[in-house]
Amino acid sequence: MTLATATEPPVALPTAPRRGRGRTQLLPALAFLTPWLVGMVLFTFGPMLYSLYLSFTRYDLLSNPEWVGLQNYALMGSDPRFWKSVGVTLTYVVVFVPLLQVVSMLVALLLNSRLRFLTGYRALFYLPSLMGASVAVAALWRQVFGADGLVNAVLGLVGIENVGSWVGDPARALGTIITLNLWAFGSTMIIFLAGLRQVPRELLEAAEVDGASKIRRFFSITLPMMTPLVFFNVLMGTINAFQSFTGAYVVSGGSGGPVDSTLFYTLYLYERGFTQLQMGYASAMAWVLLIVLAVVTGIFFRSSRYWVHYGDES
Amino acid sequence: MTTTLSAPPQPTRVPRPWDARTQRPAGNRVVKGVIKHAVLLCVLLIMLYPLLWMVGASFRPGNQTFAGLSLFSDTYTLQNYADGWSVGNLNFSRYFVNSAIITIGQIVGNLVACSLTAYAFARLEFPFKRVLFGMVIATMLLPQHVTLIPKYIIFNQMGWVDTYLPLTVPHFFAVDAFFIFLMVQFIRTLPKSLDESARIDGCGHWGIFWRIIMPMSLPAIGTTAMFTFVWAWNDLLGPLLYLPSSDLWTVSLGLNSFLDQTGQSTYGTLFAMATLSLAPIVGFFIASQRLLVEGIATTGLK
Repeated sequence: MTLATATEPPVALPTAPRRGRGRTQLLPALAFLTPWLVGMVLFTFGPMLYSLYLSFTRYDLLSNPEWVGLQNYALMGSDPRFWKSVGVTLTYVVVFVPLLQVVSMLVALLLNSRLRFLTGYRALFYLPSLMGASVAVAALWRQVFGADGLVNAVLGLVGIENVGSWVGDPARALGTIITLNLWAFGSTMIIFLAGLRQVPRELLEAAEVDGASKIRRFFSITLPMMTPLVFFNVLMGTINAFQSFTGAYVVSGGSGGPVDSTLFYTLYLYERGFTQLQMGYASAMAWVLLIVLAVVTGIFFRSSRYWVHYGDES
Repeated sequence: MTTTLSAPPQPTRVPRPWDARTQRPAGNRVVKGVIKHAVLLCVLLIMLYPLLWMVGASFRPGNQTFAGLSLFSDTYTLQNYADGWSVGNLNFSRYFVNSAIITIGQIVGNLVACSLTAYAFARLEFPFKRVLFGMVIATMLLPQHVTLIPKYIIFNQMGWVDTYLPLTVPHFFAVDAFFIFLMVQFIRTLPKSLDESARIDGCGHWGIFWRIIMPMSLPAIGTTAMFTFVWAWNDLLGPLLYLPSSDLWTVSLGLNSFLDQTGQSTYGTLFAMATLSLAPIVGFFIASQRLLVEGIATTGLK
């Protein structure tokens, strides 16, 4: 379930005689792996190296790339919109990822009981996560959080008037994107729910006998047992959040506005690369993103030994 | 798949000393259950209301699109749906066909390439297997933006921009590492004794893959197909880059362009097309609800 358990478990030697010589099955393996190996070279490692090279050049697709050394990276340091996009993205990640875990966990806890219509609830909570990245829902969001949108109509019912457009207000626009992606919490919730069902009831009952309150039982038993799943959900949530694109692009009409308040890193990268045709600068931005994500992932895996509990530990 | 079967009921449960404490009055439990349902329904209502409202608004005449909070209306019309297919210079029937072509291409590609790769990782022994599987995991975590620009440049030089090829062909080379991972995890749960008996009966690796592993991997295959469908159908960035001419646009691109030129008067039409664009997702979801929800729960896929 988690990345750490992904490596091959020790396999018992088969009793039947194997085909071919020795234990390895190199030729059949090559035959089965060829598409993937070709794809790795053509569509992953080749392009990665190419983009590393491009990040040291000035390139507009029309003339040949011109070597400029570290200039692109230096330019980033003094580019206010670059820093703005970093700020927007970090704010988004820091607010959205923890919020996503909390909401998912709360709903999963509510669903984790002998509830009637459980399958129905599960399906309905899950459904939005299949639509959260669609243009249709982002377009709907623009209406829902518009000046005459649903949110303001509801606020009007309780007497709060003249709130204005949410997507048009620099102070609130990022909040609408966070809500949009939070709306799709179902996939994270489903993983938590599956985990909650594995928590041994004996442990919880024993704690109850000892007089532990519900909250105490959650923090002392349930949550520690769920840490592998929390680890997985936070890791994937963070990686995805850094790359979030469609919601911000559609809600802001491609601009990252108003006044760059939703200028996600990926939006700015897209704008630099494909609107202004500064392929070198955009490649440098892509590599900065890669390095930041690698560092974040690395720290995360390192930290996991202090707070992630696997069941087989003594 | 233990999600629905957790804690099998114990038929003859020995009364335990603490039962007296855990058994609360029945009335209390009923009240708690009602509160739980009420909270869940409230959350669901808030979540799904915008979607329902959009569907409602798509059936209203143009001048009533924004008729307040209500889902319903005095008059219903299909006019928005009729208008939507060819609003302005847009051509949605074309876009739906394009989206379908690209989506089917990606599904076929992912199924073929990822299952072949997964079989090798799950069942064969070869040098550097752990390192190579580590690369599968690494590409899963790799931000797509790192390869975005060079891929665009390469496809541009190959003359593939403005064709479906950049959006479909890479999937025949197992670029979606997620699905390799998913299928490897699944195939590992299948008993190896079946492979062995097939081998004794004279099956080669291809025979084992095609006649034994694939038929037993239908849940993993279904999950892969479903998720590829959703990702391909929703994708905006890929089509935005590779499909500049409107003849090749997908539904996502069409909606995005429509949104840019929409005034208050055409919002109803936009909602009609947005509703239609979500319909296949809902349809597939209903058709495969159990598979999807349990597949995601057991593999951790988003």
